[in-house]
Amino acid sequence: MSKNIKLMQGNEAIAEGAVIAGCDFFAGYPITPSSEVSEFLSSRLPKMGKAFLQMEDEIAAMGAILGAALGGAKAITATSGPGMSLKQENIGYASMCEIPCVIVNVMRGGPSTGLPTLPAQGDVMQAKWGTHGDHAIIAITPSSVNESLYETIRAFNLAIKYRTPVVILTDEIIGHMREKVVIPDKSEVEVIDVKLPDVPPEKYNPYNYTSGKVTPLAPMGEGYRYHVTGLIHGETGFPSQKTDVIQNAQNWLIDKIYKNIKDIEKFEEFQTDDADILIVAYGSTSRSARQAISMARAAGIKVGMFRPITIWPFPEEQISNLSKKIKKVLVVEMNMGQVILEVQRAACGSKIYGLHIVNGEPITPDNIFAKIKEVSEN
Amino acid sequence: MIKTKFNYDYYLRKNTLPHIWCPGCGDGIILKALLRAIHKCGYSKDEVVITSGIGCASRLPGYVDFNTIHTTHGRALTFAIGMKMYKPKLKVITISGDGDALAIGGNHFIHAARRNIDITLIVFNNYTYGMTGGQYSPTQPLDSFATTTPFGSIEPPFDVCNLAQAAGATWVGRSTSYHAVQLEKFIVDALNHTGFSVLDVITNCHISYGRRNKMKSPVDMIKYQKEKAVPARSAENMSPEELIGRFKTGVLFEAKDKPEFCGEYHKKLELLKTK
Ligand SMILES: Cc1ncc(C[n+]2csc(CCOP(=O)(O)OP(=O)(O)O)c2C)c(N)n1
Ligand code: SF4
Repeated sequence: MSKNIKLMQGNEAIAEGAVIAGCDFFAGYPITPSSEVSEFLSSRLPKMGKAFLQMEDEIAAMGAILGAALGGAKAITATSGPGMSLKQENIGYASMCEIPCVIVNVMRGGPSTGLPTLPAQGDVMQAKWGTHGDHAIIAITPSSVNESLYETIRAFNLAIKYRTPVVILTDEIIGHMREKVVIPDKSEVEVIDVKLPDVPPEKYNPYNYTSGKVTPLAPMGEGYRYHVTGLIHGETGFPSQKTDVIQNAQNWLIDKIYKNIKDIEKFEEFQTDDADILIVAYGSTSRSARQAISMARAAGIKVGMFRPITIWPFPEEQISNLSKKIKKVLVVEMNMGQVILEVQRAACGSKIYGLHIVNGEPITPDNIFAKIKEVSEN
Repeated sequence: MIKTKFNYDYYLRKNTLPHIWCPGCGDGIILKALLRAIHKCGYSKDEVVITSGIGCASRLPGYVDFNTIHTTHGRALTFAIGMKMYKPKLKVITISGDGDALAIGGNHFIHAARRNIDITLIVFNNYTYGMTGGQYSPTQPLDSFATTTPFGSIEPPFDVCNLAQAAGATWVGRSTSYHAVQLEKFIVDALNHTGFSVLDVITNCHISYGRRNKMKSPVDMIKYQKEKAVPARSAENMSPEELIGRFKTGVLFEAKDKPEFCGEYHKKLELLKTK
């Protein structure tokens, strides 16, 4: 079978991935550098008889996708920097009410209006902790256009399987560059669909905190009447202030993600077998790192890379294991030091170095190679 | 279409009662009128979705046996829009307090109206932020008192109905929690209208608003609603001075010719199919 290969922009690949995943609802608000996701979907979705909405702001867009998702839609929104900040309260609502949805954040420089057209990776901690209160989230950091497409499909699957918001965290570089993409046929990829619960309505509880299994979210309007509230609620969905219900609900929001970390995790190890220095990098930065690794190896320095693809929950175990044999770890990221904090916790037996350049330019292989030399001499 | 005899119990989630509202609060009167109206319209419980924001009024959906969504403060209409766009066959109703609908949710209010999307918004207008203890709201009358206007309010209030009409809503009406029969009838009218319908219901919060404004008891507040309500037709013969401190009730605006949003969207989809 001949492959369907196309040259595509990263943001377009996300839109394409959403279509393949069976996305049937988009709501957004324009913002650079993410607007192309909505532009592509504004034409693709209606042609398939599906819903596209440009809302009055990002808060409304987030509310609209949650409303649709409660009706059973596979729903997505896309934004950047300031827009991601505005969405936070409703992202917390999605966590609390366990509503599947996908949120694309094409990272740009911040804080505030920051650098609308230039790349950064400053929203990694925000993806995890942007909304108030204890909760867990899934976030994914693709590092190529092709990966953007496939990871978007996976994001929808994870959202439905674990009834959680999933954040796709790309950046201006990945979002705007053009690369080769192998477009799969729907039959070649796993797509998890929204299903009706396997119990009749009178037996249905929208939540289950104790069985360890995620209850499917019944699409509203299909006979399963239930209540959804952002107040802490029991398994029936109604608010509760009982201490055991509160604790169970809080535990569940975290456990359902962390106890399934093996299913959610995804990462790449690159030339780590004989490495003396381990680079940890993700998204566009990992591309420069890969190049820097060949430069270093040509110069006789053995460097490898660990690249998280699922960045939240954090691949603590893998990094911890690698740090047992690789004693120098270099974290490279386009922010002032975010993922390095996680690496410091996970790789406590190693010496940890950081390369944090945030000047609106991508971190270059030369930047990284220079740092590698410094680390190897240290 | 269900044609059974009306019975509140059929629609209430009795295991969620007692409700959180203060004795004498007007919100329960509106809840009952809403249930009677839904019954009159003949919707099945499965086809009704009710979204609400945050506040005393917004606790209503928890008590009624439909598809109910108690969302975030001010955002109930955005969830309603998502639901309606995805499942246009469902009857979508939004419940909001005046702060919820017009302060934090003001932007969504005008844009829902502009789109003329087929959703019925019922504003429980008690002139105050009841749930948080009586801070001033965007509908609080000039010179009246709240915990955050201890010297009297200097902010001109919104007229919910004028705002709705100006922004593009195609059915606009006002009633009160005193006029329970009229209220029910207007909810029926609003639900039967295709397009964005806004019903402003003047209701009483003697606890957070009344007692700071010489209306300590629910009875004082119900009297206020009775005395200050002016049927729209009578208002036509009154001077602006005579209308100060009073409010018009009735179906204040109705337009049947403006295209409804979901309908227009689906027309576009049909066109795309034939291309
Ligand atoms: C984002 C946000 N800001 C503030 C609040 C606090 N809050 C809860 S209810 C409320 C006001 C409710 O007033 P209104 O909408 O008029 O409804 P009422 O309680 O009077 O029925 C406020 C400010 C909140 N829940 N969320
Ligand atoms: S505070 Fe006011 S609005 Fe809230 S329940 Fe009490 S009387 Fe009703």
